[in-house]
Amino acid sequence: MSDTHDSPSPLCGGGYPAQQGERGEPGLRIGRRAADGDELRPAPSLPSPDPLRGPPSPVEGGGKSSAPATYNFAYLDEGTKRMIRRALLKAVAVPGYQVPFASREMPMPYGWGTGGVQVTAAILGRSDVLKVIDQGADDTTNAVSIRRFFARTAGVATTTRTAEATVIQTRHRIPEAPLTEGQTLVYQVPIPEPLRFLEPRETETRQMHALAEYGLMHVKLYEDISRHGHIATTYAYPVEVAGRYVMDPSPTPKFDNPKMDDCPALQLFGAGRERRIYAVPPYTTVRSLDFEDHPFRVQTFSEPCALCGAKGHYLDEVVTDDAGGRMFVCSDTDACETRREDAR
Amino acid sequence: MLRPGFADPVHDAQGVFRAVLDALARPGTIQPIPARLDPPAPLTPELAAIALALTDRDTPVWLDPVLADAPDVAAYLRFHTGAPLTGDPAHAAFALVREPAHCPPLAAFGQGTPAYPDTSTTVILALDRIEDGDGLRLAGSHLRLAGPGIRGTASIALAPMPAGWPEALRQNHAAFPLGIDALLTAPGRVAGLPRSTLVEP
Repeated sequence: MSDTHDSPSPLCGGGYPAQQGERGEPGLRIGRRAADGDELRPAPSLPSPDPLRGPPSPVEGGGKSSAPATYNFAYLDEGTKRMIRRALLKAVAVPGYQVPFASREMPMPYGWGTGGVQVTAAILGRSDVLKVIDQGADDTTNAVSIRRFFARTAGVATTTRTAEATVIQTRHRIPEAPLTEGQTLVYQVPIPEPLRFLEPRETETRQMHALAEYGLMHVKLYEDISRHGHIATTYAYPVEVAGRYVMDPSPTPKFDNPKMDDCPALQLFGAGRERRIYAVPPYTTVRSLDFEDHPFRVQTFSEPCALCGAKGHYLDEVVTDDAGGRMFVCSDTDACETRREDAR
Repeated sequence: MLRPGFADPVHDAQGVFRAVLDALARPGTIQPIPARLDPPAPLTPELAAIALALTDRDTPVWLDPVLADAPDVAAYLRFHTGAPLTGDPAHAAFALVREPAHCPPLAAFGQGTPAYPDTSTTVILALDRIEDGDGLRLAGSHLRLAGPGIRGTASIALAPMPAGWPEALRQNHAAFPLGIDALLTAPGRVAGLPRSTLVEP
């Protein structure tokens, strides 16, 4: 795909240091970066049960491979799709509210995007063009395997270009290229409840949402300030949707929060293990919680991207050797590649 | 003789769902709905398509009197969806309204609960015409809309205007997050009015 990712690959992309662990996911970037050759090998994340062993899609983006006869279009049965579709419609009607749904077992472990995959499977049609990113990257194992999963089970076209995609499944980044009205962004969500680490009981958090009782969340942000002098929450930064529900934007870096506000694209969120679906309709107000004297601010980076040289973008720290060598590169691989192509 | 359902159940249902999803996500826009069905009268192809795409044994369906009086309609829906038909609009997951001029008050349908507002009824109405802002100028038929999914404001025109609207829609919105979500259909078209949409005077 790109020079970077062909090179003897650093094991993990790194990500923002503060993002590691904590949220019940073992580190944010799953696995290693897949080199180009991996596109044609069985994806390590899929246990590859027999029915999934269709003909490997010959060319990524070709989208012509036929789905195995033993599976329904996009893997899920029609009854499951109807159930998920009904949940999605209610989620859209009540922006930011978490709709319970009967999450199914998927052929991948919880934490690898089972919620996002079920939402994608429920909305996907034959004419859709699918892009999947993992921390902004199109070429890491999680992204590659989910893209191939739908290329096989639905035969849809796939792409790495943000502008060409109609459905973008994402694990914790919002693409840099501006989204458009024809696009749907599907988030993989580990813990959908923004109040969960403040109040462990679902019965209580449900009441708090019903009463719009969000004082506890403000106390948490205030405690950040009293301890660190600033709001130290850097990812899964709570937002208020359409002036009513407080929502977890999934563990995206808070750098991406402003992109959710007034976004032309439809944003859908699926949490498989926690069995919740929620949504932000297009052109909806999404406000990051803050205080008058401590306004919301995104991260800034002092260095430019080591590959494209651009400043002001979200960067990953990549360890390049065992002697302390490291580089900072754009997290959004498509945007980075586009900038480098334009520069040539 | 029972009329057939979707010719291609998987992709027809997906197409109908995406039209409905787009309609609810972008109130004020009118989405083309691929309703390739020939249901028994007085059920319209659009009502039938949405029912076949979204209802099943888990979703009680309420029929308005003119639909409930047609045995063919009940038989068609029961056979193709398996959905239980209910006489109580408050317990319906979906309500099909063929005669919007005689639509019951929106408060008669399921409103959801504060903890679970998603349990409210989705009301699907068959209209003669739906046009976006500039298409149709019928006196008193216009709705000016604002809220999530709408860039600034939008307007649609309905014919006929359902009973008690638009005041009923304003009351429905005032109860947010409780309230019904409405899907408006006309031949080949669907528009959405979720409870989050504010209907301006």
